[in-house]
Amino acid sequence: MTGKPYRLAEGGSRIDRAKRVTFSFDGRDIQGFAGDTVASAVLASGQKVFGRSYKYHRPRGVMGLGSEEMNALVGVGADAKREPNLRANQVEIYQGMVSESQNRWPSLTFDIGGINNKLSRFFPGGFYYKTFMWPKAFWKHVYEPVIRKAAGLGKAATGRDPDNYEHMHIHADVLVAGGGLAGILAAEAAAKAGAKVVLMDENPVLGGIADLTAGMINGACVADWLAPKIAELKAMPNVHVLVRTTVVGHYHHNFLMAAERVADHDPSLLAAGAPRHRLWKIRASHVIMATGALERPIAFANNDRPNVMLASAVRALVGRYGVSPGTNGVVFTNNDDAYLTAFALKKAGVNVQVVDSRARPDGELVARAQEEGIAVSLSSVISAVEGTLAVKAVKIAAYRKGQGRVITEKRVECDFIASSGGWNPVLHIWAHNAGKIKFDDGLQSFRPDTHNAAMTAVGAANGTMSVEATIAEAQAAGEAAAKSVLKKAKAVKAEKLEVKEPRRAALESLWFAPATGAYNEGNKHFIDFQNDVTAADLELAQREGYESVEHTKRYTTYGMATDQGKTSNINGLGVLSEATGKTIPQIGTTTFRPPYTPYSFGAIAGSLTRELFLPVRRTAVYQWHIDKGATWEPVGQWRRAYTYSGAGETKHQSITREILAVRNKVGLLDASTLGKIEIKGPDAAEFLDRMYTNTFSTLKVGKCRYGLMANELGFLTDDGVTVRLAEDHFLMHTTSGGADRIAAWLEEWLQTEWTHYKVFVTPVTEQWSQFGLAGPKARDVLAKLAPDFDVSNEAFPHMSFKVGKLGGFPVRVFRISFSGEQSYEIATPAGYGLSLWKAFLEAGAEFGIEPYGTEALHVLRAEKGYIVIGDETDGTTTAEDVGMGGMVSKKKADFIGKRSMEQAELKRAGRKQLVGLLTEDPNEVLPDGAYAVAEVKDKPPMKMIGQVTSTYMSPTLGRSIAMALIENGRARMGETISFPLEGGKVVRAKITDTVFYDKDGGRINA
Amino acid sequence: MLLVTCPVCNATGDETDFHFGGQAHVARPATANPEGITDEQQRDYLFARINPKGLHFERVRCDRGCGKWFHAARDTMTMEFKAFYGITELPPDDVIAQAKGGWAEYFAMRKKKQK
Repeated sequence: MTGKPYRLAEGGSRIDRAKRVTFSFDGRDIQGFAGDTVASAVLASGQKVFGRSYKYHRPRGVMGLGSEEMNALVGVGADAKREPNLRANQVEIYQGMVSESQNRWPSLTFDIGGINNKLSRFFPGGFYYKTFMWPKAFWKHVYEPVIRKAAGLGKAATGRDPDNYEHMHIHADVLVAGGGLAGILAAEAAAKAGAKVVLMDENPVLGGIADLTAGMINGACVADWLAPKIAELKAMPNVHVLVRTTVVGHYHHNFLMAAERVADHDPSLLAAGAPRHRLWKIRASHVIMATGALERPIAFANNDRPNVMLASAVRALVGRYGVSPGTNGVVFTNNDDAYLTAFALKKAGVNVQVVDSRARPDGELVARAQEEGIAVSLSSVISAVEGTLAVKAVKIAAYRKGQGRVITEKRVECDFIASSGGWNPVLHIWAHNAGKIKFDDGLQSFRPDTHNAAMTAVGAANGTMSVEATIAEAQAAGEAAAKSVLKKAKAVKAEKLEVKEPRRAALESLWFAPATGAYNEGNKHFIDFQNDVTAADLELAQREGYESVEHTKRYTTYGMATDQGKTSNINGLGVLSEATGKTIPQIGTTTFRPPYTPYSFGAIAGSLTRELFLPVRRTAVYQWHIDKGATWEPVGQWRRAYTYSGAGETKHQSITREILAVRNKVGLLDASTLGKIEIKGPDAAEFLDRMYTNTFSTLKVGKCRYGLMANELGFLTDDGVTVRLAEDHFLMHTTSGGADRIAAWLEEWLQTEWTHYKVFVTPVTEQWSQFGLAGPKARDVLAKLAPDFDVSNEAFPHMSFKVGKLGGFPVRVFRISFSGEQSYEIATPAGYGLSLWKAFLEAGAEFGIEPYGTEALHVLRAEKGYIVIGDETDGTTTAEDVGMGGMVSKKKADFIGKRSMEQAELKRAGRKQLVGLLTEDPNEVLPDGAYAVAEVKDKPPMKMIGQVTSTYMSPTLGRSIAMALIENGRARMGETISFPLEGGKVVRAKITDTVFYDKDGGRINA
Repeated sequence: MLLVTCPVCNATGDETDFHFGGQAHVARPATANPEGITDEQQRDYLFARINPKGLHFERVRCDRGCGKWFHAARDTMTMEFKAFYGITELPPDDVIAQAKGGWAEYFAMRKKKQK
C-alpha cells in the first residue's frame, strides 16, 4: 500500500494513471483516473459506505462485479438529468460528474432510518401484511407518509428530460449476447462462416472475465490471447459489435431487446448530437447466449457489512483498477475459484488468508495457496462479522457440512471479506421465453436445458466453466449457427490450441453458515440484500405456510428488487431446500422476467415524445379554430374546437352564447371529424340490413335515415345517419371516435362471413370537410350562397339530401339535425373546406351566425334527449334500454345482434332504462356519473339503482337537465330519486321524459 | 413478438403489424338459419372456445398491409406457426393431421360435411 490508502502502487488494466478525473459523490470531490468506475474511485478514496438498505437502513458498500450489484446503487446527474438506481461498479466516471448515494437521511454514516434495524423484530418477512394494520385511521395519516419517506430507492428526475433517445431495428443472422471468451469465439466462428453477426456486451470493454480467469492458451494468459481476436472481430465487415449494450429481454420468434447506454460515460457525445440511450430491437435467425455467470454470495452472519464483497469483485478491483478494499482480507469460499482472489491480493501486497468450508479440497489452486504461504483454514466458516460501517474483524468457526451451530471459533482482525459461494450461469434470456433449465449438481445451480427458439448457450452461461471446453463449445456453436442460417456457409479452419488450466476440486454447497450467538439475534444472514430478506425470513415464510417458492417470493419480497434476484435466487432456494428437506429441483425456481437489468423510460419512449407521441389529426379549419381562440377537446386523434371564448369571456359564458345563437339565430359547427364511410355495390343495401338493427334496403335514394348498430352480444356500439346516394351507393356516418373501428367492423363481416357480397367499404372521413349549419336562420344562410338546388322546406325536407353547388363549391347537403333545430350538414371536398367555412360566416353575418364548439353541441343534443354512444351507453346497453326498441327491426330475419337481443336477460323487465332528470333545485347540476340509490342511508352500502349519463346546465331552459340509466326507469316517470354525493350532500331529482325541449319536433321540420 | 406472414399479400412482419381476431372457424348459426337457434347454441357461438395446449387455429388481419383477414395455425406451447391460410379455407391436410382434441373433432366434422 502506498500514500493513497486504497489505491495500489501499480496495476489497473482499465485505468490510465496519467489522466486524473475529478467528480463528486454526495457533494464531496473525489479524484479518480480515466477508466475508473464510481465504485473503484470512491473505494480508492477510502470510503466504504455507498448507501443504506431498503428496509433496515443498514449501511452497505460495493458487493458485486457488474450488473448483479445490489447494494451500491447511486444516482447520477442532477434535476432533469438525474438517473437513479445505477450500479456504482458499472458507472464510468468523467470530469465533473455529479453522483450521490441513495436512501439515507440525513447522512450515510448517521441514518435515522437505521432505527428500523433495532426494531427489526417488528419487520419480519411478510411485515407488510402484519404491521401497520391498526388502528385503521393511522394508515393514511401516520404510517403511510412515514413509510413513504423512509422507504424506496433513488429519487426520480424532476422536470422534462432534455436528452434524446432513439430506437433501432435490426436483423441479424446470429446475435451473440455477451462478449466474453465464449461470445467472442462464437461470434468469430459464425462470422468466418459468413453470417451477419451482431455481438452485444453490457460492459465498456470486451473480454468478460477473461482477465480474472486462470489458465494459459498457447502460452499466454486468457485475456492476452483473446485481445487480438477482439480487434480482429471488430474489424470484420459482417460483424457489428456494440459495447455498453445489455440484451435485456428475449421474446417470441427470436425477437430481442437491448438497451445501449450511448453517452452516459461521455457527455460530450450528447453535445455532438448522440442520443443518451438507444433501444435496439433485434430479430435474429439464431441467438447465441454467452452471458457468462455471476458469483453468488454466502449466507453468513451479517454478510452485508460494507467491505464484504464477492471474490470476483475484489479480484477485479485489484486487477482492473489497482484498488484494494483494505489491507487485511479474508477470502471465504466453498470452491476453488476464490483462491484466485487470494493470489491477486497477495501479489498486490495485501495481507490475506482463506477460510474454506470444505474438509479436503484437493485442487491445484488450494495446493498453490499453501505453496505461496497463504494461510488456509479448512473445514471453517465465518460465524460473525464485527463492525457496522466497515468490517473490523471476523470469527472463524470450525464447520462440518450440515452443521447448524458454532462449537469452536477464533477471532481474526481484518478489514474486508471476499466471499464466493460458487457461480450461477446467467440464464435470464434463456428463460425469459419458456426455455427449460435444469439443475446441475456440480455447479449447485441451474443451467440451460432445451429451448423452442433457435438459441444456443455457450461457456459459463451454459454451465461450462473450463476454458478449454468453453473454447471448443463456443467455436462449434458459432459455426453451427451460421450453417443453420445460411444456405451456404464457409468452412471454418480449426486453430491449433494448447490450453493449460488448473485442475479444480469440487464445490460443496454452503447455503447457511452457522453464527456466533443465538440464532438470528443480531445475526442476519442476508439472502436478498436489496430487499433486506434474510434466511430467517424465508424459513418464517415456510412455517407460515407460504411453501411454494412463488408464494415465498411474494410474501418476503425475495428476488423482487431492481436486481431481480441475480444473487439471491439460488441462495434462497438453498435455504428453502434445507428448511423443507426437499431438493432444489423439487422446489423449482421463480420465473425469470425481462428486463435483465433496468433501463430508462427514455429508452423505452425513444423519439416518440412531444409532438411525435401521438399524431394529431387536423380538419381543414384547424388553424382558423386556433386563430379564433378555440380550446380543444381531443376526440380520438382529432382535436375538435370545444368552445370559442372571446376576450374577457369565461368558457361557461361562451358556451352559453354559442347555444343561444343556435337556438335563436344560426350556428356553424366544424363536424369534419364525423366518421364517413362509403358503401358501394349491388349487395350494399342487403349488407347494411345485416349491420344495422333497423332497415336500410327500404330507404329511398335521396333520403337519410338514422341507424343503430349493435354487436353480436346485442349491445349498442355505434349510431349515425346513413344516406342513400344511389341504388347501390350509401354514405354512412359514424361517431367521430368510431370511424376506424366501424370501417374495420364492416370489412371484417364482409371478408369473413358474407364473403359472397359484392360490396366495397371505403372510409372517406378525411376526404370531406363537413359543417353543421343549425338554427332558425340556417336556410336563409344556405339560400344566400346561391345554391343550384331548391332549399325550400317542401323541396328539401328534414332527412333528405341534395348534391349540387353552393356558392360555387361542390357540396353534398344533408338535412339532418343533432340540435333539434332546422339544420343542414354540408360536405365539400376537404380542399375547399376553409373557403366554404369562411363563405358561411360571411353569408351568415347578417343573420348573426356564430361558430359553436363541441360543448354547445352536447348541450343542444342533451336538451333534445339525443343519445351519445359511450355516454348514454356503456357496452351493456341495448336499443330497448335507451328507449329505441322501435328501431330494432322485427321483420328482418337476421342482423348483427338480433339473436342475442332475444335472450331473456336482454328482454328482462326492470333493466336500467334511459330517462331524463330534473333536479329539485334548478341551479343544481348533478355530477356526471353520480349514482342514484334506492334509499339514502347514513353511510354505504346503499343499493344503487342507476347512474347519471349526461348532465348540463341548459341555457335554453334556464335550468339544469340530466339523463340517466335507472332501473325500471320508464315505469317510474314523475318519481323523485336521490343521488348521495361526497360529503353527505344528497341531490334529489324527478324522473322525466328524455326530451326537454321542443317535444313535438316543430323546430326541426320548420 | 411473433413473426407473421400474410398469405394474401405475402408480407412478413411483427405481430403489431397485424390484428388478432380470436379463434378461427367459429360458425355463426344465424347466417345459415336464423330460426330456432337455442340459447345454448348462441352461448357456444359467442363464448365457447377451444383453449388447447398445442396446435390452435386463429384469425388474423393484415392490419398494416393488405387489410385482409386470414387464418393462422399456431402451436400455443412453442409459438411456432404451422401454416397461414385463406379466410375461407381449411388448413393444409398435414396440419389438420396434427390437430388434437376439440380441433380434431371439428375438422373431422368438416370433412364429413364436405363428403
